[in-house]
Amino acid sequence: MTTPLVELDGVSKHYGTVRALQDVSLRVHAGQITCVLGDNGAGKSTLIKIIAGLHAHDAGTLRVEGEETALSSPREALDRGIATVYQDLAVVPLMPVWRNFFLGSEPTTGKGPFKRLDVARMRATTRAELLRMGIDLRDVDQPIGTLSGGERQCVAIARAVHFGAKVLVLDEPTAALGVKQSGVVLKYVAAARDAGLGVVLITHNPHHAHLVGDHFVLLKRGAMAGSHTKDSVTLDELTRQMAGGSELDTLRHELERAPAPGRIDDGGHRPPPDPQRARPTDRQGRQDP
Amino acid sequence: MTATAPPADHGTAPDERLLPASPLKKLLTRPELGSVVGAAAVFLFFAFVADGFLRAASLGTVLYAASTIGIMAVPVALLMIGGEFDLSAGVLVTTSALVSSMFSYQMTANAWVGVTVSLLVTLAVGFFNGFVLTRTRLPSFIITLGTFLMLTGLNLGLTKLISGTVSTRTIADMEGFASARALFASEATLGGATLKVTILWWLGLVAVATWILLRTRFGNWVFAVGGNAEAARAVGVPVRRTKTLLYMGVGFCAWVSGQHLLFSFDVVQSGEGVGNELTYIIAAVIGGCLITGGYGSAVGAAVGAVIFGMTSKGIVYAEWNPDWFKFFLGAMLLLATLLNAWVRKRAEATS
Repeated sequence: MTTPLVELDGVSKHYGTVRALQDVSLRVHAGQITCVLGDNGAGKSTLIKIIAGLHAHDAGTLRVEGEETALSSPREALDRGIATVYQDLAVVPLMPVWRNFFLGSEPTTGKGPFKRLDVARMRATTRAELLRMGIDLRDVDQPIGTLSGGERQCVAIARAVHFGAKVLVLDEPTAALGVKQSGVVLKYVAAARDAGLGVVLITHNPHHAHLVGDHFVLLKRGAMAGSHTKDSVTLDELTRQMAGGSELDTLRHELERAPAPGRIDDGGHRPPPDPQRARPTDRQGRQDP
Repeated sequence: MTATAPPADHGTAPDERLLPASPLKKLLTRPELGSVVGAAAVFLFFAFVADGFLRAASLGTVLYAASTIGIMAVPVALLMIGGEFDLSAGVLVTTSALVSSMFSYQMTANAWVGVTVSLLVTLAVGFFNGFVLTRTRLPSFIITLGTFLMLTGLNLGLTKLISGTVSTRTIADMEGFASARALFASEATLGGATLKVTILWWLGLVAVATWILLRTRFGNWVFAVGGNAEAARAVGVPVRRTKTLLYMGVGFCAWVSGQHLLFSFDVVQSGEGVGNELTYIIAAVIGGCLITGGYGSAVGAAVGAVIFGMTSKGIVYAEWNPDWFKFFLGAMLLLATLLNAWVRKRAEATS
């Protein structure tokens, strides 16, 4: 196989005495989607921050196009073709769409003290690039905060593609989105892959991951809990591992003993809840796996 | 969790949303609208109640008052758009004048030497503010409160130590004083109105700041670091450098303002400037700058300064007790902010 665009080999990261990431390995190839799955606190964010250049790793090796490196700033990661789209902090809400689109890489025209933003080009390019992805904005001057979550993600993806990213890192792009919007976003993820980009898709939704992913890396409490290719794992198996496997079985067992589900089934003629019985059930049901 | 949320229908935009926004709507979304309406109201009010307010001579006086505040309101507004405050801005103006005066006097040097040293000092103070802020990530309120107090103490302490009194000695007989005075404190008469050169400085700074904000990469970054610093950093904006430069911009304007003080009065009182930092902030807020950052304009801050100038001088022309000034100011601040919030909400809801 060709050299991976990004390769992590036994990468670890500590924050003081907290072990955030331990011995994680993954590869990102051009034209493929690598999904990183994990529950809250599994180390997904730390992994992103290392690839995006926000934090440097402590141990292990990070290779970009075969060359060993440690990224010291987001700018450096961007210059090496790694673009990261964050779930919540991808954009500046009060700024117009076109200013957001070019933020940090603004084209200029003119010389010396008259060097200025190429506003006409910025507006036109933003509109054209978004149209290409099927987003028809009523006004590129509207603050980006007025767009829906899905549209904002798509603007961010379009931005990364436009700036010639080779690797696209997506942090939970479908979290907090509805079914239809998630579909739209996943379509653009697939479009980016077809354009030859290597994609890292971070998610805690195995359904979305299995739809588009080629490789799957499972994280649990900062360490790797599994690594699969699409052929070697079914959606059910992925969901099971993702949800914690045997822990899920235990949870199901506990929930089955609870009296509450039986009552819900009887057509709405529920007796008033008995606080004496409901409380212990509640406590068991919420136990963290 | 995500699978059960109702789909919001925004995936692809339907054509009926492509209505052109009317020019009026666009005007309503400008940050400085509230201040322009406020300025018109204040102007009309004093035009009716104060006899001398509409005379050409009064115009010069009002513009002069507006310009002295406006010169500082511009960088303070930019800083506020960038998400930070500078409480040391008021006393830094005095520091600028003191350094310039005392350096020239003690070294018996050309006045321009003092002017240059003063510029270096104000830029250094701005850099210090920005550097400490971006390294410690403490709130700018605390850090600049610290520099504010330190500068206040230094102004008084050093002046007494060096001059023996609380004010500086005259430097009017020094070489270079006349030419520096021409640059910082000259005046011209135009149709019965005496116009000070500070008005030119002020308008020039507003123009440059507006150009920077709207048409340069740096301006884009200013909005970004104030609106969402993390997002800005993530797309490669140098957040620390942007904020530090904004503080140095405050330093530069404090230098201009301080040199004006020195060369128009010759003697500088070391205790001056305390409280002015709030005046600048109020002018910026009246002008539509969002106190949380990421939104505002230099023109708005200029209009805020005009409101200040009209109110402070209008009360004099109306022959009222100047004690009422502060009351008017407070009321103006509240009204302008409320009007701003209301206009913006309406404009965004219906655009």
